[in-house]
Amino acid sequence: MRLLAAALLLAGAAIAARAEPAAQGVNARAIVDAGYPANLSDYGFFADPAAQRPAGGVTPYRVQTPLWSDGAEKLRFVYVPDGKQALANGDGLLNLPVGSALIKTFRLDGRLIETRVLLHRPEGWVALPYQWNAAQTDARLALAGARLDAVTPAGEAISYAIPNKNQCKDCHALGGEVVPLGPKGRNLSAAWLADFAKAGKLDRVPQVTRRVPLWEDRAKVPVADAARGYLDANCAHCHNPQGAASNSGLFLSWEVTDRTMLGIGKRPVAAGRGSGGLDFDVVPGRPEASILYHRMASLEGGVSMPELGRASLDRDGLAIVHAWIRGLR
Amino acid sequence: MRMPALLIAAATALALAAPAHAKTIPVAAGDGAQVRLQEALILAEPGDVVELGAGRFVLTDGLSLDVKGVTVRGQGMDATVLDFSGQKGSGEGLLVTSDEVTLRDFAVENTKGDGIKSKGADNIVYYRVRVTWTGGAKTTNGAYGIYPVSSTGVLVDGCKVSGASDAGIYVGQSKAITVRYNFVENNVAGIEIENSRDALVTDNFVTRNTGGILVFDLPNLPVMGGGNTIIKNNTVFGNDTPNFAPKGNIVAGVPRGTGIMVMANEGVWITQNRMADNPTAHVLIVAYPQPFTDKTYNPLPRSVVIEENSYVGGGGEPQMPGGAQLVQMLGGRLPPVVWDGVGPNQPIVPEGMSFLSLGLPGQGVGMAEARPVMIDEPRPGAMVAPGRFGAPAALDARARP
Repeated sequence: MRLLAAALLLAGAAIAARAEPAAQGVNARAIVDAGYPANLSDYGFFADPAAQRPAGGVTPYRVQTPLWSDGAEKLRFVYVPDGKQALANGDGLLNLPVGSALIKTFRLDGRLIETRVLLHRPEGWVALPYQWNAAQTDARLALAGARLDAVTPAGEAISYAIPNKNQCKDCHALGGEVVPLGPKGRNLSAAWLADFAKAGKLDRVPQVTRRVPLWEDRAKVPVADAARGYLDANCAHCHNPQGAASNSGLFLSWEVTDRTMLGIGKRPVAAGRGSGGLDFDVVPGRPEASILYHRMASLEGGVSMPELGRASLDRDGLAIVHAWIRGLR
Repeated sequence: MRMPALLIAAATALALAAPAHAKTIPVAAGDGAQVRLQEALILAEPGDVVELGAGRFVLTDGLSLDVKGVTVRGQGMDATVLDFSGQKGSGEGLLVTSDEVTLRDFAVENTKGDGIKSKGADNIVYYRVRVTWTGGAKTTNGAYGIYPVSSTGVLVDGCKVSGASDAGIYVGQSKAITVRYNFVENNVAGIEIENSRDALVTDNFVTRNTGGILVFDLPNLPVMGGGNTIIKNNTVFGNDTPNFAPKGNIVAGVPRGTGIMVMANEGVWITQNRMADNPTAHVLIVAYPQPFTDKTYNPLPRSVVIEENSYVGGGGEPQMPGGAQLVQMLGGRLPPVVWDGVGPNQPIVPEGMSFLSLGLPGQGVGMAEARPVMIDEPRPGAMVAPGRFGAPAALDARARP
């Protein structure tokens, strides 16, 4: 009898021990409850925050062609709560259930700078920015954003801007609602999607009709595909009919085929001095005469595009857009 | 006890106007203004007032508001100044993306891009707000001062804008709009209503801009078919600033010295305005002049009625090819109303009034082919049908509670 009790105690201890990592894992309530958790650690997304080693149930991913942010390295993670599944949606955005989170950490100059989280709450997605502390142990909510000095991989000293909560929405708004941008079927690799489905986190592998090329492969694929993938990731979050730049009539999403919507021979509407004295958004064969290229190549407030999220020039992005416009007829 | 229906209605109206938990969030100028003010704008709840103290708020980045029903109130357009002279990022000074917002009694200075933009922000009120580029008319100034776009219900009232390198007050792709009692000076366009409907532009003082009041409709935009607009009882005087818009923008083509200009649009009523000393023309009615491919777009102005305005001077220095010769032929000045002559829909003017047609033979044809002619046989046309113009009355109540 006594022996049995001891065994029971041991079993209880074992259960407790097994449960412990789960207790330290993702804090599901921090994702769905109202309010803005003060620290990134409140969510428990990371087993080792400084090393960016994710907790159980938090899956790393990458996108085919990313948004460029002053050359910062981006570490992306997705969390889908236990017992739930994301739904495949063809080329489009994975339909992530309530309780899911997307986590993106920015590393620049060897330091963790900020982590942006997108939380799927019952009332919709909420976007929040967190700024890493000097000790690199945790990141603190930066509701109103922040500026800090940083050096880009290209060696340029910049004033790096962490976006405020509203600026997160500026890019992530579709028809006034916050939505994720990166995890679209067309912007994720077939292999990752298969793994995610196999892990039971995705109902099935989406049928992707036209995948955005991998950015590293841009020299090997048709220049139009590489450039349009770049414009999709870097511009189309605002430049679409339901985005922040809807009134411009310039629409740069991957699926757009209308030449005028893509800016070809299109006059600007509200560019102001962003026009740089040029007449058209895109002039076939002439990148330097194209407002789109001019604004990408500018660092001046009120001219520079994208408006948010960069303080230096993306030379690789400029090169691919230059080549695309030069080749247009 | 039963509450009378009327009382219930009144109580409901009050509850809607001022939620029970509504509070005032004071924000003072001084250290950390960027973060303190932006945090207040994020944490405000519907019905709250963000109360800006007197003084100069030194800001480095654009501000934004995305909470419905918030009032941002300063201590007066000269007392509370949001100073963006050191702005490093964002396209505008203040961006509003929520409905039912009231902005009042403060100023925005020297933004890198637009001054205040509200997009998809229905029923917005701008009351006694000032937007200024303090260095005067410069091509490097931001484009628009007050910039509501893609919205239904817009009131811009008692504001003051100068220095915009595009339009001082620009309302785009919107409807149910009132722009009144504003003072717009030294912008490329004083007031511009673009691709919008049901606008009432009234009782504004519009001077020393390149063009005073513009009503435009442009192709290839999500919202087109502008019109049903009244331009009434404005003072449009001495708009003679050389055009300083960056090339490539549609307003860069506005001739210096234009009082009121209509491009494309259907149904514009220009009446009881006092116009003086606008050197090109007091009223200019034209077709969209550029080539376009958009099949849904009508480049011609239709049903433009011009009546009961007063005209003093002006028209003596028209900025257009052959303008000097025209002045000579017409005995010293162009008549108050000038039409480009494109299309069948000539402007509708009162009996006995003659106007100049430039006699352009078609849309997109340059002045080299102009065949100017005075038209003194007004052709009767349909007047603007009385309908709904201007912002909803509830917006007026927010401006003047």
